[in-house]
Amino acid sequence: MQEFLQQLVNGLSIGSIYALIALGYTMVYGIIKLINFAHGDMYMIGAYIGLVSVTVFKLPFFLALISTMVFTALIGILIERIAYKPLRKSTRVAALITAIGVSFFLQNIVSRIMGAKIYTFPSVLNNELYVVGGIRINSQQLVIFVTSIALMFLLQLIVQKTKIGRAMRSVAVDQDAARLMGVNVDHVITLTFAIGSSLAAAAGILVGIYYNTVNPLMGFAPGLKAFVAAVFGGIGIIPGAMIGGFSIGLIETFVSGYGSTLYKDAVVYIILILILIVKPSGLLGKNKKEKV
Amino acid sequence: MKQTLLNKKNLTWLAIAIVIFVVVQLLIDARIISPYYRVTLFWICIFAILGVSLNIIIGVTGQFSLGHAGFMSIGAYSAAVLLKMMPDYTGLAIGIGVGLVISFVVSFIVAMPTLRLKGDYLAIATLGVGEIIRIIILNMTITNGASGISNIPFLVNWPMMFVFTVLAIALSANFKNSAIGRACISIKEDEIASEAMGINTTKYKVTAFVFGALLASIAGALYATSYYVIKPETFGITNSINILVIVVFGGMGSLTGSVVAAIVLGIINIILQPLAELRMIIYALALIGIMIFRPQGLLGTYEASISSLFDFKSHFKRFTKAGKEKA
Repeated sequence: MQEFLQQLVNGLSIGSIYALIALGYTMVYGIIKLINFAHGDMYMIGAYIGLVSVTVFKLPFFLALISTMVFTALIGILIERIAYKPLRKSTRVAALITAIGVSFFLQNIVSRIMGAKIYTFPSVLNNELYVVGGIRINSQQLVIFVTSIALMFLLQLIVQKTKIGRAMRSVAVDQDAARLMGVNVDHVITLTFAIGSSLAAAAGILVGIYYNTVNPLMGFAPGLKAFVAAVFGGIGIIPGAMIGGFSIGLIETFVSGYGSTLYKDAVVYIILILILIVKPSGLLGKNKKEKV
Repeated sequence: MKQTLLNKKNLTWLAIAIVIFVVVQLLIDARIISPYYRVTLFWICIFAILGVSLNIIIGVTGQFSLGHAGFMSIGAYSAAVLLKMMPDYTGLAIGIGVGLVISFVVSFIVAMPTLRLKGDYLAIATLGVGEIIRIIILNMTITNGASGISNIPFLVNWPMMFVFTVLAIALSANFKNSAIGRACISIKEDEIASEAMGINTTKYKVTAFVFGALLASIAGALYATSYYVIKPETFGITNSINILVIVVFGGMGSLTGSVVAAIVLGIINIILQPLAELRMIIYALALIGIMIFRPQGLLGTYEASISSLFDFKSHFKRFTKAGKEKA
């Protein structure tokens, strides 16, 4: 039981990272139906900007977090304007390939600027170990968990309660109708990229602190996992991404805890395929009727 | 509509193939294509096969697959394991055979349930399948885990590579132009309409998927014997994406496009080789640029055909275009 709870704690902290990245995937997909393969790399960019703001500018954790999120959001806006906006009208696979191109570009430009060496993240948070009923909880895990939940709460607030959130939801349902109602669709899409990128950046800096290292290729695997998480929960649905992220994190830790670390990814993918076959639109997705 | 095998069209294609073969062979003999460039030559051939086979699935049938490297790895590992036991052409032949059988079984099992999915969901499911194949290979003892299989006998030469490539392209072209291929195209255009016309969509989707997987498995075997070393990480999602890039870059649905794209990317690779790190940056920018300015790919849906070569007076423009591609 104690072992089980310990795995639960570990699973929730890694799951909250996946959930943060998955939110960006799901928001962008919900609005322009693009699988943004470069999203995992925004997380990597976030980790690097976080590293620079902590080491070069000596910012404390929360200031670093906020400045990282703002800067990454700006980069996200830039990428959207340059690479994705011209492709709004073309086929989705062309947009997908562009996203792959952006992903390659970000990985290589970062390794060009920063060098391919692995940087060590300074410990900006004091690392205390709390023992509650025999379960070891790291203070960093706690920060990751609390920050992620706070950000998700904030996002939910923006999407559900504000005017811009309403605009986002309307664009997701029907772009043309939203435009007719006076919503500035381009604006909303750009903002979606900005929010998604800043969430990924938050995940990046949190992981940087937790695992102590950053490298240019660090975004690829978590990006893929987060994407799986988004599909798992129902892509395009914000609570779905959170549920998906936590589920993937938990499945992964339990499989490596009780089974084999080697097969943890395989189990994640098998569950994904089973879910897709049984309920193609994901856990929270609504099945659309096929119309002729 | 009686068609003989040795009609004017096929003979012309054969002649073109022989000319390309002889020219390249002469270039190899004259040391203009050094062993260093031969690596790229083989890369082009292997990725032309992969591109064409994935194009049958994505471009012709409209089923988005992101797990193609998985089937390539099945072929590569089957050939490598067999070649380690029997380092000769018999070993290679048996290896290719074993790879084909395994690929057939796996692709069939995968295709039956997953091809009911549509669009992006199918892409994710196949991505998952590709990763599962990679993880299984990573954990098997016969495949030597993460360190992979090294010192695979180098048995492939230009004539053999060329014959395989031409056969794969010819098979795919025939597939596309056959009744099955037309059914597949109708599925891509409108699945519901083609179902209403009495086409068994599941059957044709599975056929196209298995066909593509089998060709990928052969390409994998050729890869194993031309590169000495194979590792599970070679066949990850990155490789599936590389193949996808060839398909989209050349033009979805255009087999000619896939071949041209493989050649172009191979040559770009050679030209950018000295730039080391900058190479990937330029490659990425080129990818983005091409998609922005030519989203339908280099050739769109255009196919090189002999009939347009014959009445070239009326199609003079097309002729010059096709002529350039063949050169």
